Amino acid sequence: MTDRLRDKIWPVTAILLAIVAVWYVGAYLMNAPFQRDLDRRAGETPTTWEFVVKTMTQPKPTLPAPHQVAVNFFENTVLRKPTSARSLVYHSWVTLSSTLLGFAFGTALGILIAVGIVHVAALDRSLMPWIITSQTIPILALAPMIIVVLAAVGITGLIPKALISTYLSFFPVAVGMVKGLRSPDALHLDLMRTYNASRAETFWKLRLPASVPFLFASMKVAIAASLVGAIVGELPTGAVAGIGAKLLSGSYYSQTIDMFSALVAGSLVAILLVTAVGLAGRLVASAMGARPA
Amino acid sequence: MLMNVADGDRKEVTDATSVVDARGLSLTFHTNDGPVHALSDVNLTVGKGEFVSFIGPSGCGKTTFLRVIADLEQPTGGTITVNGMTPEEARRRRAYGYVFQAAGLFPWRTIERNVALPLEIMDYPKAEIAERIRSTLDLVNLTGFEKKYPWQLSGGMQQRASIARALAFDADLLLMDEPFGALDEIVRDHLNEQLLELWARTDKTICFVTHSIPEAVYLSTRIVVMSPRPGRVTDVIESTLPKERPLDIRETPEFLEIAARVRDGLRAGHSYED
Repeated sequence: MTDRLRDKIWPVTAILLAIVAVWYVGAYLMNAPFQRDLDRRAGETPTTWEFVVKTMTQPKPTLPAPHQVAVNFFENTVLRKPTSARSLVYHSWVTLSSTLLGFAFGTALGILIAVGIVHVAALDRSLMPWIITSQTIPILALAPMIIVVLAAVGITGLIPKALISTYLSFFPVAVGMVKGLRSPDALHLDLMRTYNASRAETFWKLRLPASVPFLFASMKVAIAASLVGAIVGELPTGAVAGIGAKLLSGSYYSQTIDMFSALVAGSLVAILLVTAVGLAGRLVASAMGARPA
Repeated sequence: MLMNVADGDRKEVTDATSVVDARGLSLTFHTNDGPVHALSDVNLTVGKGEFVSFIGPSGCGKTTFLRVIADLEQPTGGTITVNGMTPEEARRRRAYGYVFQAAGLFPWRTIERNVALPLEIMDYPKAEIAERIRSTLDLVNLTGFEKKYPWQLSGGMQQRASIARALAFDADLLLMDEPFGALDEIVRDHLNEQLLELWARTDKTICFVTHSIPEAVYLSTRIVVMSPRPGRVTDVIESTLPKERPLDIRETPEFLEIAARVRDGLRAGHSYED
């Protein structure tokens, strides 16, 4: 227990406190010019302490202080019905559902592409450059086009947003799985050959199980990319619902505190997702007889 | 078809009991540094039920020869038959089991699932797979370790599991490429003893690559001495040792005499000047 305290809890707490401290200093520095301006117009001459407190309590600060974000986050999660349009739980759920759908599509697509690349030499040479090119296009430029084009053919709602997540998440999975499916050593491939195993048998019994650790490593990257895709996908949809919508409406009305608590919600969703993938990876690894670390 | 044979003592017709028959076999690898003659004019017949060891320094082509038998390498000259067929046909009919230098067990499969791997691929019925797992693990003394994963076993036990995997299906020919090379002396002695016992019980034909002289002499009915650059057979020594071989046979004059012949053969074939 003392080891755990020394090795994990203290370092984590120390870093967290340092970040909060820097954040408070930043909030003061960012909000002070506006506050000084306000005080000058109102003809007030607050003491230093009063001034510091004022910079931390502005309704629309340039940089909200941590406690302002915490209070806003608490109000919009715990104190609201999860179904309310003002609840961050509701918006997180909207983003989460399109993230998960897009991630599922992206993982499936990535695996499919990897299988093709590993088994068909022509695909290896012809497909990879396009895949890499696809990731060099800024998603912010592409997302509105996807939304508009799909809306024109009558596809709206969850699917277009999920497709943007797919676009971002298939790439790490495809790259990771190509490496994973090629990871069996020559000895294992020779062994399968001595059994006169077909390509399908070699795939199911050797390549696929060998690629599992690579799959989970790339899925961790992919799920984070999916979340980014879902949030970006919510921006051009008219900001109806979702964390992206909260960010956009917050920026329309200069509700910086709302924006920050939406960011916190997004981060929590990201932590949740990456942890879930990591946990699933550990469960699968132990089911596949991996040596406990 | 009659072969154009230069040597007088070379057999012209494939013996009905020959398992491996190589004539004028050569294999040249083309590398960036020019051609490498891995095998050059190798003539050899392995009869049914023989235990033939291939010994020689690194680069003498002993592993390459084994891989040619297994259809893992393609010869560039000469002919070779395995059970009277081309190596490819023999491989397609699953004529041999191959044991590699490393155990090469699949880490995500338990020992019994590893042994079952070739049986699954060869579509054995479930009940028979279970029976064969039981009997082959018994053969290599691994009963009780069925549910263990490879990392839970010692190196020697892993190699025994890989031998069980090669024995699980009905191949009469066992190709072993320095299977005990990575193991310590004590484990190696023990496995050598077990391998002889297993060979006596199963009447399989075994081709065994090694670079240990005592191991080759102890195990084999015939020892093929090879030398490098180009890889070729320099001597073939028939063992006069009885089939029953306790470990202390290695201290008998007869054993030492054969070992001395192997050593001479290795020395003659290998120039240490370069």
